[in-house]
Amino acid sequence: MVASDDAARADTPHVPDRTVLDDKDISRALTRITHEILERNRDSTGIVLLGIPTRGVHLARRIAKRMSEVEGRDMTAGALDITMYRDDLRLKPARALEHTEIPDDIDDKVVVLIDDVLFSGRTIRAALDALNEIGRPRAVQLAVLIDRGHRELPIRADFVGKNLPTSLSENVKVKLTETDDADSVAIIGGAA
Amino acid sequence: MIKHLLSAGDLNREDAVRILDTAEELLGVASRPIKKLPTLRGRTVVNLFFEDSTRTRISFEAAAKRLSADVINFSAKGSSVSKGESLKDTALTLQAMGADAVVVRHHNSGAPHRLAHAKWTKGAVINAGDGTHEHPTQALLDAFTMRRHLGDLEGKNITIVGDVLHSRVARSNVLLLDTLGANVTIVAPPTLLPVGVEKWPVETSYDLDTSIEKADAIMMLRVQSERMKASFFPSAREYSRRYGLDTARMNRLPDHAIVMHPGPMNRGMEITADVADDARSVIVEQVTNGVAVRMAVLYLLLGGAAQDETFDPIEETE
Repeated sequence: MVASDDAARADTPHVPDRTVLDDKDISRALTRITHEILERNRDSTGIVLLGIPTRGVHLARRIAKRMSEVEGRDMTAGALDITMYRDDLRLKPARALEHTEIPDDIDDKVVVLIDDVLFSGRTIRAALDALNEIGRPRAVQLAVLIDRGHRELPIRADFVGKNLPTSLSENVKVKLTETDDADSVAIIGGAA
Repeated sequence: MIKHLLSAGDLNREDAVRILDTAEELLGVASRPIKKLPTLRGRTVVNLFFEDSTRTRISFEAAAKRLSADVINFSAKGSSVSKGESLKDTALTLQAMGADAVVVRHHNSGAPHRLAHAKWTKGAVINAGDGTHEHPTQALLDAFTMRRHLGDLEGKNITIVGDVLHSRVARSNVLLLDTLGANVTIVAPPTLLPVGVEKWPVETSYDLDTSIEKADAIMMLRVQSERMKASFFPSAREYSRRYGLDTARMNRLPDHAIVMHPGPMNRGMEITADVADDARSVIVEQVTNGVAVRMAVLYLLLGGAAQDETFDPIEETE
């Protein structure tokens, strides 16, 4: 989320965008993550899936759909807006809030946070703060489609779709059909 | 987003919708086990009240506290204002204490405007009611309540009844509802309509009974006896017969219509007790929504980086 928002990092427009994942790759990665989550937690009864707006929510819904098919029971994904918990609020004009929707009581559950890109780790730190005020989960796990490195906080993902080594001058753009024209992950900018 | 909130007329449609959408999200905070967000930690909000208030002051205080701001309450009674201290000196004192926002209610129209533009204080100024002029956060919470019940306000018919002359609530509501695309009808005795009402973007009527059947929402205004320096109607009984909302009139409203009142109510005057307590009355809900709307205003004015003065739309229109 942080990475895809930060267009200022892409300062060399001459390098063509390189697509690293297409729709089939994304679909396979999500299916694998779904199974990994189930394997790690034995079953789906104590799991609450929470996506971080906007693209994390779409990914969470897709994972919930796959989980429902595997487990044969309905799983719904929620959304957790972290805007009010960001550490960079005072650096930019006030942002609009996204929708928060917690499908279930999270006390004593395993909450799986889902986001598109893991970068500095600051979004996840904010999400942990936000969770803290909604309840006390038994455990919190993190699933991301892309881990692009460059962490600024001691945070690590439990489930990763693809590790994507990047330089700071590059920008990772995740597109999902719910909000964009296609499913793809591309690296924008940087040296070719 | 604007820097100060002085008039409902300062808000364009985009800003108004943004405040209402933000409030919609913040309403959920009230139902959480921990009703607090860390967003305004370390910021100071001063409630500067030169005039009595229950709802608005408590509502602003709750809103600021839920956003983790420090709140200083100042009321003119029991302060140096009763020794004759001016608005300017009071403002300079607050500035010296480092107020990031000043929520001001004053008995004189235009006091918040003066406070915002005289550079006495650096903080954001929020008008919480000035004389008979404006009360923008009330208009926002009214619009918010209507939107929750009626959906998008574009093309909806809102009827405002009663003491429009002395009502800052009516003035702010008319401006905001016009921005949001609603059709407003004002119903009042001719003596209680302000000079220049023909230039407002509203229809006016002297007869409540003819305007009641098309209303999606009806807003009853308090008869502000404390501001009345002359006789505006023959008797309270006659006013309430002609302009009060009783059960018979309420039953003629469309089924989906809601009954609103900004409070405090004169039960038996502009609204009967039966109507005020009826299921169609959203008066208590208005108070709940007020906290969410004021949280949204405080967040949007204070939550982000300080903005460049040159982008202040209020400055441009002057």
